[in-house]
Amino acid sequence: MSKYRMHLLVCGGTGCKASDSDGIISNLEKHIKEHGLENEVQVVTTGCFGFCEKGPIVKVHPDNVFYIEVKPEDAEEIVKEHLVKGRVVNRLLYVEPTLQERVGQHKDMAFYKKQIRIALRNCGFISPEDINEYISVEGYQALGKVLTEMSPEEVIELVKKSGLRGRGGGGFPTGIKWEAARKTASEDKYIICNADEGDPGAFMDRSILEGDPHSVLEAMAIAGYATGAKEGFIYIRAEYPLAIHRLQIAITQAREFGLLGKDILGTGFDFDLDIRYGAGAFVCGEETALIHSIEGDRGEPTNKPPFPAQSGLWKKPTSVNNVETFANIPPIILKGAEWFSAIGTEKSKGTKVFALAGKVNNVGLVEVPMGITLREIIFDIGGGIKDDRKFKSVQTGGPSGGCLTEENLDTPIDYETLASIGSMMGSGGMIVMDEDDCMVNVAKFYLEFTVDESCGKCTPCRVGNKRLHEILTRITEGKGTMKDLEVLKELGEAIKDTALCGLGQTSPNPVLSTMKYFWDEYVEHVKDKKCRAGVCTSLLSYYIIAEKCIGCTACARVCPVKCIKGEVKKPHEIDQSKCIKCGACYTACKFKAIEKR
Amino acid sequence: MCPIKSLDELKALRDKLKTDIDVREAGEAEGNIKVIVGMATCGIAAGARETMLAMLEEINKLGIKNVTIVQSGCMGSCYAEPTVELRFPGQEPILYGNVNSEKGREIVTKHIKDGELVQNLIIGRPFETV
Repeated sequence: MSKYRMHLLVCGGTGCKASDSDGIISNLEKHIKEHGLENEVQVVTTGCFGFCEKGPIVKVHPDNVFYIEVKPEDAEEIVKEHLVKGRVVNRLLYVEPTLQERVGQHKDMAFYKKQIRIALRNCGFISPEDINEYISVEGYQALGKVLTEMSPEEVIELVKKSGLRGRGGGGFPTGIKWEAARKTASEDKYIICNADEGDPGAFMDRSILEGDPHSVLEAMAIAGYATGAKEGFIYIRAEYPLAIHRLQIAITQAREFGLLGKDILGTGFDFDLDIRYGAGAFVCGEETALIHSIEGDRGEPTNKPPFPAQSGLWKKPTSVNNVETFANIPPIILKGAEWFSAIGTEKSKGTKVFALAGKVNNVGLVEVPMGITLREIIFDIGGGIKDDRKFKSVQTGGPSGGCLTEENLDTPIDYETLASIGSMMGSGGMIVMDEDDCMVNVAKFYLEFTVDESCGKCTPCRVGNKRLHEILTRITEGKGTMKDLEVLKELGEAIKDTALCGLGQTSPNPVLSTMKYFWDEYVEHVKDKKCRAGVCTSLLSYYIIAEKCIGCTACARVCPVKCIKGEVKKPHEIDQSKCIKCGACYTACKFKAIEKR
Repeated sequence: MCPIKSLDELKALRDKLKTDIDVREAGEAEGNIKVIVGMATCGIAAGARETMLAMLEEINKLGIKNVTIVQSGCMGSCYAEPTVELRFPGQEPILYGNVNSEKGREIVTKHIKDGELVQNLIIGRPFETV
């Protein structure tokens, strides 16, 4: 048994840290010391538990009790009650909405019930800053196994048989990528880990690197052995300071333990790696652009072929794989291809991590088997729509994906089915929208992102997306015509067919998919000059309901253009010709006397 | 730390370190023997903490793996504190009373290790759990 009879796991992911999980840890340690328990109880900082909506999370073992929304002030009560007297602090337990009661163990929470954690297996279970903890959960055993028992060809065959596909968006079979790099003869080869996670709302790669960095290092060394590479790079965005910090610690520790460097585990195999920072350009997630960026050139994509596996970093064979893809490798090696391929659908094996965000109750990180339905993710795991509003749409795949509707909710999702209904798997961002979201505006938002992130090398992407954005802006301002809608569609299709890289080829997707599923909303904006969600400010007006207005003057005082007139204690009125539709009066009114229509 | 030289060394290190975190898996290991120490005010005053620590020490000394030790609040038998309840999977719980450190160790060696009840310490459970 452990040296410590109790372990307190405190989430140290970026989200929970922002809610002062560091303060919780220092307070817990302080009170544990005050009660003389420092030799009995261990406080461990872990990676993300996934249940970010209710963070910071504290888990107590061996009781297996799951506390949510813990504040530094709660530390004293947890120590006094739970650690000293064995009494669970009820008020910090999660209330399961389906049962309407407090549940102490995570296995009783609907959020965790349908999840299978492979890539996230160690997140929220071990300390990411201690290699000993990773070793104690079979860490580096997979590397040891391939180096001592398997030939590189056997490793590639196993990964191919497992059916693992790239988790960064493309869905290309990982084993085939490795095989291509293996087959290209060269003295030098490289392994690159793509940690340039850029989709708005997606944070699975960051969480894996923050919660279990060693699993990525181990998998990169395995990829090095399989392809014949001796050197690797992790290309990570500089905006992920915590992930970078933990990676640096992990790399230093792995070198000290002889698990990176020369003659690993006495087998004669050499592999080492280094970190390269991205400056925050979305297009650098595209593998050729990423490679140029590491080489010190502009982060611009180039035509494929040649594929990086033939001519990549410094013109040498290179395999570029995503963080989540790597995190799947060690369990596949240890448990076998059959175990992995038994999970998922016919063409998409294993699990996928989704970052659930938007108007859903349980915002967080979930790992689910391929083939699960959107309904299960949004309503069972995600706990349904916030404030009991009505579900309208879900956007998958980030700015390259599309918006799906109610009728797609029961489709089992994998790479193929998502593509067939006009969206894509992408890196796994999932943004849920309700009836208060305007679909034209959503399409505009994503285009704004791609216009901003286009590298400008090819005309369809540089000019085409800009034009799409201008048309959408016109429509949301009530100046659109039916001709605009035709152009929008035609231009969108043309960009898809002619752009140079994945960014441009997919950037019209949000527009095209919303036009397909929400055509009537576009027409409403153009013909009736109406935005049913009340989002497009140019299309709506503010009115004061005379019966509800008590004449408190609150609205008149906040109006920046002084267009609200009226006597004290008598109903006021808005001068529509002067109103700039800023909404200040709407927020200021305490009597719900102002309405948008 | 000097570098690990072989897979066998790595495996040995894993086996050694594994015990450091097995507490984190104990809560979900259904086959574990559960030892519940009453740690309300009455239990603590009667020395339940010392009992628990002694039992932990004995368990570690004997290298017993499949045990989860947890605390609970008052079990109602304040006259017989410290109290320790043993739950073997699929069996009726056994409640021991007046368990000092020495008797705690005896329960570990006899009941947990050899499966033999420590008859003179058993007290009746004062309640039915619904």
